[in-house]
Amino acid sequence: MINAVGREIPEEILKQTGKEPFKGNHYFDGYEYKKDGPSTRCVINSQGSKLVENIHEVLVKCGIQDGMTLGFHHHFRDGDYVVNMVMEEIHNMGIKDLTICASSLGKAHDKLVEYIEDGTITNIQSSGVRGKIGRAISEGKLRGLAVMRSHGGRVRAIETGEVRIDIAFIGSPTCDDYGNCRGIGGKSDCGVLSYSMVDADYADKVVAVTDCLVPFPNFPAHISMTKVDYVVVVDQIGNPDKIATGAAKPTTDMRKLMMADYCTQFVVNTPYFKDGFSYQTGVGGASIASTISLAKIMKERNIRMKFGVGGLTKPMCDLLENGQVDALLDTQDFDLNAVESVINPKHFRISAGEYADPFNKGAVVNKLDFVILAALEVDVNFNCNVVVGSDGIITGAQGGHPDTAAGAKCTIVIAPLLQGRIPAICTDVTTVTTPGESIDVVITDYGIAINPRRQDLIDSMKNVDLPFKTIEELRDIAYSIVGEPERVQFDDKVVGIIESRDGTIMDVVRKIKNFEFSGE
Amino acid sequence: MINLVKKRLRRTMMFLNAQKPGLIKDPYIYKPDSIILDLEDAVAENQKDAARFSLYHALKEIDYRGCERVVRINGLDTPYWLEDIRCAVAGGCDSIRIPKTECPKEIHRVEEEIIKAEKDFGIPEGRTLIMAAIESARGVMKALDICEASDRLFGIALSGGDYTKDLQTHITGTGIELMGARQNLIIAARAAKVQCFDTVYTNLDDMEGFRKDVENIHLMGFDGKSIVNPRQIPVVHDIFTPSGKDIIFAEKVVKEIEEKKKLGIGVFTVDGKMIDIAFYDGARRTIELAKASGVYKGDL
Amino acid sequence: MEIERPAMAGTLESSDCQVTVEPGDGRIDLTLESAVINQFGNQIRKVVFETLNQLGVDNIKISIVDKGALDCTIKARVEGAVSRSADHFVNTLWGGV
Repeated sequence: MINAVGREIPEEILKQTGKEPFKGNHYFDGYEYKKDGPSTRCVINSQGSKLVENIHEVLVKCGIQDGMTLGFHHHFRDGDYVVNMVMEEIHNMGIKDLTICASSLGKAHDKLVEYIEDGTITNIQSSGVRGKIGRAISEGKLRGLAVMRSHGGRVRAIETGEVRIDIAFIGSPTCDDYGNCRGIGGKSDCGVLSYSMVDADYADKVVAVTDCLVPFPNFPAHISMTKVDYVVVVDQIGNPDKIATGAAKPTTDMRKLMMADYCTQFVVNTPYFKDGFSYQTGVGGASIASTISLAKIMKERNIRMKFGVGGLTKPMCDLLENGQVDALLDTQDFDLNAVESVINPKHFRISAGEYADPFNKGAVVNKLDFVILAALEVDVNFNCNVVVGSDGIITGAQGGHPDTAAGAKCTIVIAPLLQGRIPAICTDVTTVTTPGESIDVVITDYGIAINPRRQDLIDSMKNVDLPFKTIEELRDIAYSIVGEPERVQFDDKVVGIIESRDGTIMDVVRKIKNFEFSGE
Repeated sequence: MINLVKKRLRRTMMFLNAQKPGLIKDPYIYKPDSIILDLEDAVAENQKDAARFSLYHALKEIDYRGCERVVRINGLDTPYWLEDIRCAVAGGCDSIRIPKTECPKEIHRVEEEIIKAEKDFGIPEGRTLIMAAIESARGVMKALDICEASDRLFGIALSGGDYTKDLQTHITGTGIELMGARQNLIIAARAAKVQCFDTVYTNLDDMEGFRKDVENIHLMGFDGKSIVNPRQIPVVHDIFTPSGKDIIFAEKVVKEIEEKKKLGIGVFTVDGKMIDIAFYDGARRTIELAKASGVYKGDL
Repeated sequence: MEIERPAMAGTLESSDCQVTVEPGDGRIDLTLESAVINQFGNQIRKVVFETLNQLGVDNIKISIVDKGALDCTIKARVEGAVSRSADHFVNTLWGGV
């Protein structure tokens, strides 16, 4: 069946998953449902400690068995040790057929490929996968279907009961013996634990894993003891150097600076740029440069930001330091400055649900004026791909891309027109992850295209001196330079689905096929 | 035949290693007035041959969208320059930059080879221009002769690195060591009615120092500057872009002079300033610069 | 042109390609490794064959490691490697046949 972004979703996939094809961003607006709940084992005794000797013991206590679903967070990014540590023990115990339901998986988890190959792991649900797991899935090694879902979509899937997490593991930079978790105060600080909050609320068993046990009460707790069954202390939950890096030096790459300048000029010329606006941006060189130059203009024009959201970096925290923003709403911290800023009273921790879940009574993304995003590919219908690389292999993550894009009043995607020889603006993206109806503006080094659906934005730019082009013109420029790309050759077998934030199917990912010259 | 593009706007001339595909594929997005595709210092001795193939096909196939394409050939004391010229002319470059120029004879030698190459490769005669880089004390002293050596020569450029070595000093960042050369070259160039370009500024971490340097050479009368990084382009263009006030005044001057000429009036005032025909060229130049910088919206 | 001995041109930098040539066994034998092979593999092959054809080379083993080079770079590197293999450095027939 063809869905609302023109993608063919095979009938057998619809049947196998019980899902509907994507029908547009607002298909479920006003939908009513009853939330799922976890089974809970009450603790009335006064033994006073939830400490368990090691990962093995805790797995036994949690009743680990074949076919279970395990929850993990990705606040430790490429420095995470928790997923591998738990999976290695499970593998040693000979448990099979597990589903990993992680907020994301990356290069730190290359080792899981072994467990995919031997059937320990048969299903993966994640925002995305980078590194060797992505390749393994694209090569068809995972027995089940990989499900890629956005940060908001993951919360929805758990709250509706579409996914039931049997055991959630929460790597926690500090924890007391009763399970109060915090993202700060330890040796592997990640700042916040936003992605795990839904796991804590909905998983049947919740295990805190820490390398820094602190005296009770570890308050204010980021995740409360009332939701935690067991606490395990290990040597190291992650590599601090890779969890929160030093702040990235502002880029000196003129191409990125140019795009940042276009972005800032665009933002300040929209009607939304006024005192009290809200803003989210990413960690790319151009978005960081754009935040820095925006801060300058805000100062000049005496305009303050009401709130900034998201994965945070130094330039956003600087806004708070300099009194240019009233509040930061934090779901993740990308550098040490952001981690250190968590203790600021106007720096608020929010859960992934508060951030982006489309199936609660209203999330923060709905209140966003601007979001600045990146993309691997954007097609002439403004559909974005952020998951599948030009080689056809899964190589990225949805993150909050579809959530913020759907919510914000002005969604801007920054992408250099050419990534090597690959045109970022093309006729058809390899895989749709974010629908074109959510994307308002695309900024490239060769020009800026406004989505024709946004006549209001087009009108507001009438007298603005920026290199505006149609999206088709940008594509044509790209093709005139590099040639028209052929489509990636895929096998028929579907290895994964791109789930829309509301749980419908946005697209499917197919098994890769070895390239063959045509006519040979 | 006088080539009309000799006088084109050249505020920024950006050096690019002709052997690096990543650099030469789309420098035009930064909007330099000219690019200098380098076969000389940037290219290692054992890559001179490969650089030419890279240069030739780039010139043939890449649409540089209005940027002037200058090729810096290897010195006349090397075994490379003859083939460099053949390659650059065959590719259809706009101009050849001669390094280390010290006398008019070198310009003549290059011109002869260009003529031959234009014939061999079916390029219209006179299409390929010349610019000469001055890199020594002798070159500075011969500047006027060099400027007047060929009809194809549109300008001269100071190359400060080698020049200061020859002077037994070094680049200080203050400009003091370049004072004489800069003054000499701009005077010679103006006397010969050709353009004059300043040397590169290589410290990319000191953008303030760069801005001061450009402000100075702008006031000295230079037409533009050789640059090594696209980040330097907006700074130069900003300084070389006439202010709104200058443009309005220049527009009045041009219009008034044209008007008054018809009426046979030679001297008159604009905004309280005495104006005569001698102001015409300067005012025109201001308008042209404003147009090229994209800030002139008038009807001249 | 005859391929006299093995030769190489180009680099493994982004937007470049490295071309290695050696005497063939009676035909054009192309090995291509490229990050963009899915999108541009056929186009790269076409450019390589056209370039060799123009140089009059039909007996060659040519292997290319491509890092997203444009057609003009592929031509340049193929010509560069072939001319090195034949020690042909001056009086190139720029654009001529």
